[in-house]
Formats: sequence, C-alpha cells, structure tokens
Amino acid sequence: MSQKTNIKNGVGAEVKLVVKVFDLLPSPPDGVTMAAGVAAWLPFARAAAIGWMPVANLPMPIAPTDKNKRQDELIVLNVSGRRFQTWRNTLDRYPDTLLGSSEKEFFYNEETREYFFDRDPDVFRSILNFYRTGKLHYPRYECISAYDEELAFFGIIPEIISDCCYEEYKDRKRENAERLMDDLEDSKDSKLPNMTFRETMWRAFENPHTSTMALVFYYVTGFFIAVSVITNVVETVPCGSTPNQRDVPCGERYTVAFFCMDTACVMIFTVEYLMRLFAAPSRYRFMRSVMSIIDVVAILPYYIGLVMTDNEDVSGAFVTLRVFRVFRIFKFSRHSQGLRILGYTLKSCASELGFLLFSLTMAIIIFATVMFYAEKGSSSSKFTSIPASFWYTIVTMTTLGYGDMVPKTIAGKIFGSICSLSGVLVIALPVPVIVSNFSRIYHQNQRADKRRAQKVQKARLARMRISKTGSSNAFLHSKRNGMLNQALELTGSTGEDRHLNKTTSLIESQHHHLLHCLEKTTNHEFVDEQLFEQSYLESALQSLPSRSPSLSSQEGITGTCCSRRAKRGSRPSSEAHKPSHMHPHTHNLQELSAIHIQCGEQRTLNTSRSSLNMRPDESGGLNCKSSSQVTTAIISIPTPPTNNSPTSPEAPPNLASNSSAGVVKVSAL
Amino acid sequence: MKAKDRDQSLSDSRELDGSYDQLTDSIEDDFELSTVCQRPEGLEKLQQLTKFTKKELQVLYRGFKNECPSGVVNEDTFKVIYSQFFPQGDSSMYAHFLFEAFDTNKNGSVSFEDFVIGLSIILRGTINDRLNWAFNLYDLNKDGCITKEEMLDIMKSIYDMMGKYTYPCMQEDAPREHVEIFFQKMDRNNDGVVTIDEFIESCQKDENIMQSMQLFDNVI
Repeated sequence: MSQKTNIKNGVGAEVKLVVKVFDLLPSPPDGVTMAAGVAAWLPFARAAAIGWMPVANLPMPIAPTDKNKRQDELIVLNVSGRRFQTWRNTLDRYPDTLLGSSEKEFFYNEETREYFFDRDPDVFRSILNFYRTGKLHYPRYECISAYDEELAFFGIIPEIISDCCYEEYKDRKRENAERLMDDLEDSKDSKLPNMTFRETMWRAFENPHTSTMALVFYYVTGFFIAVSVITNVVETVPCGSTPNQRDVPCGERYTVAFFCMDTACVMIFTVEYLMRLFAAPSRYRFMRSVMSIIDVVAILPYYIGLVMTDNEDVSGAFVTLRVFRVFRIFKFSRHSQGLRILGYTLKSCASELGFLLFSLTMAIIIFATVMFYAEKGSSSSKFTSIPASFWYTIVTMTTLGYGDMVPKTIAGKIFGSICSLSGVLVIALPVPVIVSNFSRIYHQNQRADKRRAQKVQKARLARMRISKTGSSNAFLHSKRNGMLNQALELTGSTGEDRHLNKTTSLIESQHHHLLHCLEKTTNHEFVDEQLFEQSYLESALQSLPSRSPSLSSQEGITGTCCSRRAKRGSRPSSEAHKPSHMHPHTHNLQELSAIHIQCGEQRTLNTSRSSLNMRPDESGGLNCKSSSQVTTAIISIPTPPTNNSPTSPEAPPNLASNSSAGVVKVSAL
Repeated sequence: MKAKDRDQSLSDSRELDGSYDQLTDSIEDDFELSTVCQRPEGLEKLQQLTKFTKKELQVLYRGFKNECPSGVVNEDTFKVIYSQFFPQGDSSMYAHFLFEAFDTNKNGSVSFEDFVIGLSIILRGTINDRLNWAFNLYDLNKDGCITKEEMLDIMKSIYDMMGKYTYPCMQEDAPREHVEIFFQKMDRNNDGVVTIDEFIESCQKDENIMQSMQLFDNVI
C-alpha cells in the first residue's frame, strides 16, 4: 500500500522531469526489439537487477503488469491448409510484424479456432523460422518476387535476412531489377515523349534499332568503313604492269579512282563525326571518349594530306600518315559488342599482360646472353651481339623457329633447346588468366556494375543500424510516453485512455522498465547522442554562472553540461520567478530526487493531477511543443541546491513555500 | 609417395602464405571439436530444488536451451546475452559478477540447474533470501564482508552499463561517491566493511530497498 502512495507522489514529479528532458527528442522510428532468443532471457535480466536495488538511492519505478496474464499457449497458424503451431510468445517477439501484433486477429477463424492465411505455405516456413530463431533465411529455390511479396505481407523488412543468405538474395534481386529495367526500356523505346531533336539524334546513334533512319545510318557507315579498309588494302596490290614499267600497285595506277573513293569515305566519316558531336549531351566528354579519338585519327590523315603539298621532304611523313588510315577498322567496334568487350578485357588484364611481358623480357635477356656466349666461339656465327641474339630467343621461345639463326655449337644447341622448352611454359602461364578474365568480363557485362551492390550493402547496413538504434530510441521514446501512461493510470484518469503511441508489447515494456531501474540506480538518464552533444557543447561554450556552494564541489565545466539547456528552457516562462530560483536548475533531476529521499517531500496530489489533466483534448499528450511551457514551469519549482552529498539540504522550508508558487505557475498555464 | 608429396606441397603452400601461423594452426584444428552437451536434472528434482512450478520451469528451459543448445552457458555467451539488454553501455563487468554469483560450484559454466536455482532465490525467495543473494553478489571474494574496493568495482560496472550518453553527464567520481553513500548507510560500526548482518539490517530499515525487492515477485 505504501508503495502505491509513494509512487503517486514520486512519479508525478518524475514524470514531468522526464517529459521536460525528452520533449526535444525527435520521434524515433518504431523500436525493433531484441533478438528472438534473447527475449526469453528477459526474466533473467530483470532478476539480475537485484544487484542494483540495495545500492540505489531512489525508488524504483513500477513494473509493467502483465494485464492479461495467460499461460503460454500454442496457437495454430493454418496457411493454405498446412498447419503450423507455435507458442504465442514466439510470435510476440516481433511486435511490429503482422504475426506479432494484433493485426493477426483479422485472420482469426472462430469456428476452427485458428489463424488462417491464404498464402504460400513454403515461404511461410522461413517466415515462421524467423520468429523461432531470429534469423531470416532466403530459400534458393524460391522466386525472388514471390518471396518479397510474402515478406511485405507479413511485415518483415528484407534487410534482416541473415548474412548467409543475403548475398544470394541481393544478386537475385538485382538480376530481377535489371530484367525489369530492360523490359521497361524496350517498351519505352516504342514511345517517344517529346525529346529534342538533339536527344533524338543521340539516341539514334547509340541505339541503332530504335528507328529505321538510325538503322540505315548504321549500315551505311558500316559499309563505308569496310569499303575504306578494302580500298586501303587493294591500293597496294600490284595490278597489271605496263610494258615499260615494273609492277605498280593499283593505287598508283588508278590514282584518281582511289582518291575519289577515299574522299567519299572521309566525307561520310566527317559528316558522321560532326553529327555525333552535335548530338552528344556532353560534348567535352564525347570528345574525350575513345571512339571519337579513333574517328579523328581515321580522318585526319586525309585532311593533312590535302593540306600538304607533294613535297619531297614531307612525302615520307605523308606516307607514314597513311598508315593511320588503318585505324578506320577500329570504327567497327561501334558495330560489334564483342570487339568492345575484347578491348575492355585487354585493358582490365593489363596487369597480367604486364607480367607476361616482364617475365618474357627476363627470359629473353637471360637466354640471349647465354646463347651469345655459347656461340661466340663458332665461326660465321650469326649471333654477333646480345641484341642480335634477342631475335633468336624470341623466335625460339614462341616456338616459331624461322631458322634464319641457328646455333652451331653443341653448347648452343643445348641451351637453345632449353630456351624453347621454357618458352612454352612462360607463355602458357598467364594466358589462362587472361582468358578467364575475358569470360568473367563478358558475363559481367550482362549484369549491372558490382559497385551498385556495394552501395546497396552500405544502405542495408545503415538501415539495420537505424533499426538497432531504434531499440535504444524506443526506450527513450517510451519513457516519454510510458511513464505518462502509468502515471495517468495511477492517478485514476485512465478513463480517457490516453495511450500516447501504439501499445508496446509486454516484453518491450518490461525491458524499458529494466532500463529505467538502472537509471534510477545510478541517478543518471539515458539520452540521445545528439542531445548529449548539444548539452556538452553548450556547457563548453558558455561560462558558468555563480554557483551555489554545494554544487561547486562537484564540477569543472562539464559539471553543468546540461544545466544551460535547463536554464534556457526555463527562461521563457521564468519572468515571474525570483532570480534565486534560477540557480537550482542545475541537476534538476538529482536535486528533485534527492529532496524526495531526504525530505520525504509530500507533494500534493493536486499538483500532479492538475498538470496532467491540463490538456484533456490533446491526443499527443504532453509531448508536443506547447507542453514545454507546462513542464518547464514545473521544473522551476525551486529546489534547494543540494546534490547527492549527505550534507543536509539547505532550507527545506523554502521548498514548501516555493512549491506553492510553483503550483500557481502551473495552473496559470 | 603421393601422400608425402601432397603433404609436402601443402606445407610449401603454407609457407608461401604469409598468414599461416605455425603455432596455432594444425591439421587437428580442421576437425570440429565435438560440443559438450549437458542435460539437466529431471523436472521433479528441479521442482524440489526450486520454487518454480512445472510450467514455469518448462518455459525457462525452453528459453535457456534456445540460446545455449549445449545446455551450459559459458561466460562469453553470458556476457553476449546480457549485453543485448543494454545497447548503450558496457555490461560485461556486471555480467561477469553475475556469472560468478550464478556459478555456485565455480566450474566456469552455468548449467540450467545453477541458473534456475539462482532465479528461484531471486524471484521466489523471501526478502531475506534475496538480500542474501545480493550480498553474495557484492562479496566478490566470498569472505563474508564487502570492502570498499569490492563495492567500487560493482558500482563501476553498474555505471558502465549506462554508457556515455547520459543526462546529466557522467562524472568520473560518480561511482566513488555512490559507494560513499552506500557505506554510510550500511556500515553501522564504521569499520570500513559491511558484513552480512549490517547489510540485512540496513536494508530492512530502508523503505525504498524493501519496496524494490518486492518488484521481483511478478517477473515470471
């Protein structure tokens, strides 16, 4: 009995303090409860709190009562005919899912006294196992979209799929998404919202199958590339001889014809290049891309040739330039996906190729040296110098064996054979690596970039972190609400039944009670990280006011870490307060509570009731901003400046007289 | 010959692999250590030993077995389980003390019997039993009295569970001060230690403590 009255007196004040502190908190997401199996150990954790009781100086909060105390019972879940049975407590572990909340009552079948769900029983197995073991697994044989639907139906976020199955899940999901995107793109291509002419052109260039014009263009350019390359080749073929001269290449014989052909091709290429340049969304980026460089290199020699006269000096250079015309063949890579992949493979296998080159070079130098010194003795040896031996070594190692240079001495022959044997090995080694790279990239080209997977992984971890901090936030949040709920019930105003948020599960409320007991034991409160840093910052920035002597024993600057905030909060409503009341705002919680212990202060019930009944129509209760006025006024109930030191508090009588002033303030608001 | 070559190549590859440590890795480690599985005494025996009903024992055992399939809890698992209830702070020290208190036969693991006997005292015992158990928890070296150092350790472990983000900010000497208060309250003859009698006497005089002891009636 005494417990109850004590709580009535004590809780009222404490409630307001709590509200005061936490009215600045943003409303957190729904708390995620702890892991499944651990919920079963909650009674143990609560029992372990016995260690705190004898050392606590404050009274403990009331425990949440098990309103409908029923024995743990089996419930039957009938999923499309397959019956699953489990304990009710198992499902209660996750109150923010369908099965854990009261939502499942919608599916309760009175006649058969079971819960019927018209869903897939195979997927339900893994969902129910999640409740039992706390781990959600993704069965590989299951279709990804069906699984997602089931998860969504039962209110489970996919991010909590355990690590053993998460990779698989994400891969399948990504494939599915890409498939959907491809379908979407195909359907999108058919309809063209009003795109500018420039965008249309660019799309035509990039995806030739979008329109007939683009296709025609695609084939025409391809044809002309082929023509140009063939022309270059045929140009050098000797075709017929005039009687008085030796065989001349066709190019010199039909100069005009070839020149016209070349001009035509270059015309086409130039026009194409300029059109692409015009249509490109980012001209700078286009000009830097490989394909455009190839285009430029392909057509530039012609223009340079036009500009240059047929001068003897530069004709050599001019001939060199014509070599670059062969680069036109690279323009085919726009037409061939495989060619692009090959190029990309070589680029990505650069390290393997480099290794190949390096090891070959080492071997070549070694063997060339050896062969040179071995063949030095023999007469008329072709191995005149080590660089000259390089040619032999390369030809031998690659098993070409032209035979233009052969060793004649016995030592030379021995080393020559060793050279060719080792050549086979050295070249064969990096090749499989390059081949596997090519195959991997080819397959990878079919899927999205792995970088997107990294981002998703980060997002997943972030989301899990949020839901984990949600559990501590849930405590802070429910402190705000739960204490009020309890206080409301106790003061008899449960008629309005102002439950300020969704009813938390019994397990959650018990857990929160446990944390609250710890707070009471240590006389400190859990706060949000942001709030903590705020208060720390404030205390660091601002200088301390004159301290009451008993407080000064405690601190450096950190001692008032939260005092400033308390002061600021109280300032708006403190006009009528005497200045002396300002001082004791520091360590409000401790002081008020300390007084409670030491003075056995009897606060009138009126105080608590009147303040709590202040706003009967507010569904949000005392959480909303205007309540800060209420609460801070209450805080301004002056408390004598005491701390936890056993020295007797100063002027307890002041409290009695001032508290009435405090009451007045409260009711005025 | 083939087996020898394979072993040889295995050891060669191990040498090339810089991360291989000769001392700890060995072929034997590749085999899983068979896990120890311990079964508790029968239900009837436990009912005699504790004050729980059969159903309560069943519920407790199910939870226990779920988290510790091998039937015993070792200290690390104990700490992990306990830490899940206190996300903001570090509960390992307090869990360590708890473990010591539950592990009555000092064999480094808590079996279901130990677990349930401890719980029975706390949740179903008389107030005096509970106070005795708490005293046993505080008395780290089990010598019958609590010294200031022992109390300080306990207090620090409790304060550690609060974590960093508290209001008001946690002072360095908060535990020490709290210990001072405790000793002033409990240590009747001011000899620097608190004996069991002093402890029980002081607790019985303190109304808060008596009320909080009653909290445990409804836990299960």
